[in-house]
Amino acid sequence: MALWLLRRLGQIVPTLLILSGLIFGLQQLMPGDPAVIMAGEERGDPQVLAQIRAELHLDRPLPEQYLHWLGRVLQGDLGFSWRIREPVAQLILEKLPVTAQLASMAFLIGVAIGVPAGILSAVRRDRPADWVASGIALFGISMPNFWLGIIMILLFSVELNWLPPSGYVPLTEDPVQSLATTIMPAFVLGTGIASVLMRHTRAAMLTALAQDYVRTARAKGVRERMVVGRHALRNALIPVVTLGTIEFGRLLAGAVLTEQIFSIPGFGKLVVDAVFNRDYPVVQGVVMATALIFVLLSLVADLLYMAVNPRLRQA
Amino acid sequence: MIRTTLMAALLAATTLGTATLGAARAEAQDLRIALREDPDILDPSLSRTYVGRIVYASLCDKLFDINEKLEIVPQLATGYRWEDPQTLAITLREGVRFHDGERMDAEAVRTSLMRHKTIQGSFRRAELASMNAVEVVDPLTVRIRLSAPSSPFMAVLTDRAGMILSPKATEALGRDFGTRPVCAGPFRFVERVAQDRIVVERFPEYWDAGRVHIERVTYRPIPDNTVRLANLQSGAVEFGERMEPDDLPRMQRDRSLRVVPVDSLGWQSIQFNLNNGARARTPLGQDPRVREAFELAIDRAAINQVVFDGVYTITAQPVPPSSPFHIREFQPPPRNVERARALLREAGVTTPLPVELTVANNPDNRQVGEVIQAMAREAGFDVRINAMEFASSLQAATRGEFEAYMIGWSGRTDPDGNIYGFLHSGSPGNDGRYANPEVDRLLNAARVESDVAKRRAIYAQIYDIALRKDRPRIFLWHARNIMAHSARLTGYAPVPDGLIRLQGMRLAER
Repeated sequence: MALWLLRRLGQIVPTLLILSGLIFGLQQLMPGDPAVIMAGEERGDPQVLAQIRAELHLDRPLPEQYLHWLGRVLQGDLGFSWRIREPVAQLILEKLPVTAQLASMAFLIGVAIGVPAGILSAVRRDRPADWVASGIALFGISMPNFWLGIIMILLFSVELNWLPPSGYVPLTEDPVQSLATTIMPAFVLGTGIASVLMRHTRAAMLTALAQDYVRTARAKGVRERMVVGRHALRNALIPVVTLGTIEFGRLLAGAVLTEQIFSIPGFGKLVVDAVFNRDYPVVQGVVMATALIFVLLSLVADLLYMAVNPRLRQA
Repeated sequence: MIRTTLMAALLAATTLGTATLGAARAEAQDLRIALREDPDILDPSLSRTYVGRIVYASLCDKLFDINEKLEIVPQLATGYRWEDPQTLAITLREGVRFHDGERMDAEAVRTSLMRHKTIQGSFRRAELASMNAVEVVDPLTVRIRLSAPSSPFMAVLTDRAGMILSPKATEALGRDFGTRPVCAGPFRFVERVAQDRIVVERFPEYWDAGRVHIERVTYRPIPDNTVRLANLQSGAVEFGERMEPDDLPRMQRDRSLRVVPVDSLGWQSIQFNLNNGARARTPLGQDPRVREAFELAIDRAAINQVVFDGVYTITAQPVPPSSPFHIREFQPPPRNVERARALLREAGVTTPLPVELTVANNPDNRQVGEVIQAMAREAGFDVRINAMEFASSLQAATRGEFEAYMIGWSGRTDPDGNIYGFLHSGSPGNDGRYANPEVDRLLNAARVESDVAKRRAIYAQIYDIALRKDRPRIFLWHARNIMAHSARLTGYAPVPDGLIRLQGMRLAER
């Protein structure tokens, strides 16, 4: 087990290395010269452009630029944002808790709604409860986040004046106000996840409920609650766990649109602004951090499989 | 069990959040301003965004300011005198302190101006290009020596290049000055959380402290127009800048809001590629008659009505009506499809003539593009709209990868800042590489002419050549900045530069 864990952790380094090279290369394909953007109104002046390129090492050959960046990253220095001159590491550390809070809340909402609805829908297959749950799930998947977000702002902030329309207060500063600022975006994100989880839980539960061991359990006279909860659900959860971790990873990578609408200063907003301003160090830093989160989450997913399914532990 | 607990916790949190709290309530005299974008670095030497200037209005006083009539008025200076056309003496206000307690004097002015001009990556370098030397005459007088007479120079000192920074702070922080700016404005810097907020608080030792009643200002970037308005309507912010013209009727109906449309100094235009690479070799790029036909095909008033609810001011020149250099007689030509068709026939082009119009991709620009497309079709143009992300469009323009490019300018107080860089050959904003020696000569002449009437006459000559004959660019409209604020806020004095000056503002109790 320990050896397995070590091996998995060891895989992270080459993964990130390959990824960093890829990001660096792909970034060069983005149209728009960062020097031109930074030069702003002086963009026609070759002297200004040359000066900016020299300062940002953009005048060096690409491999040299990459090695220069990599060398600094290995020393723990992710560089400075070209736009606001703040250290990238600091920006990431500043935004990560915001996104983590939003993602956790959204995920909780998603799981709290999605999994029970999926189970209910499977157990009551082709009955009104199933239709209602499936209908709501379809609605949840098809409804664009930005639309739901704006409708919620207009209703809860402008009309009813219950919640602040946008912005963010850190949990440590004022927990109640923090919840007030994040509940709407978390709900918007959570409903999307709930719908996906509901549909997958339903499908997995239907498969599990049709298995021999369920029939056997029922034949033995096990109570239906136990059959569903202990026997079917536990097996059905494996694909749901995979999906759940992927969804959680996606949330952590930044819910771009939702953060934009609610002016939440999280990962998504950071990376979008950085891309539009061709703030390469920020883009690189955030993508690397996101990749690391994803890799770690897939590790967590594997550990969770083992918790849910003992057979995998022996394998 | 776990599920039940989670659900209960979530419900409790939701109820708490909604029932007991409501929108964040601010203390009296705490002003929250919603910005349209997140400013870049807060260093007057290095920053380049327009929105950053709105924040500087609270942090950094300038040697001079402009008033609502675009007249230059003293701020940190008390007056100025041209000793000769190339030597400017400026007297300074006594007893002014920076936010770090340091004294603002002639030496500080010299250090700041030289820093603006020389620091690596400075965006003030071009503005201060004609400044040769700054001399300290006595603690409250500086003398600036210019390399050539320059009429626009005074106006430069009313913007970022005229902001005076604490020499102690610039020395200590160097290029990181923007992370903790120290100036001599009415408010001092408290904190900045990137993309979330910039907070400043009242500076009690400000030289004009009697006119500052607001205690604390929080600037919050809220790029989405609907959400910015929602913040304003729900009382989560007290001021919103550059609101959408579409929302004007809705805001005017709301009794808790006051709406103030302010003339701006900027313009919107379409520039043509005359001489920048292969894409210039089109009838549109080579024949002024084709460009004239294009202009005659466009009805500016209709665009203004359809896209901007008639809020903007249509124009044919780069200087807005609020400026004393605006030439009233130079009006946009009325739409004339017949004449446009005739011109195309004269030019011998086969219609429909394909034209690619590049626009930066946002809903307003696309809509304007579509209106132009429909209008130009009637005259014999087949306009294809190429909507590009803004940064990419800038690069394409610089490289000459365009035929016609719709691009705006935020505007400057002095007309030179609105004209020279776009019509003078080899200027940064002249992407189409228009070059006419006579226009260049006149543009340079206008720069050294200090008499307003004579200078205006020179601009009239420039328009006649460049905008009536050569047409490298057609100007479309001057936008209006739609400012909206809570009815509780009084004392907002609009100035065409769109900045929010906090002096004199006050918030009434709820």
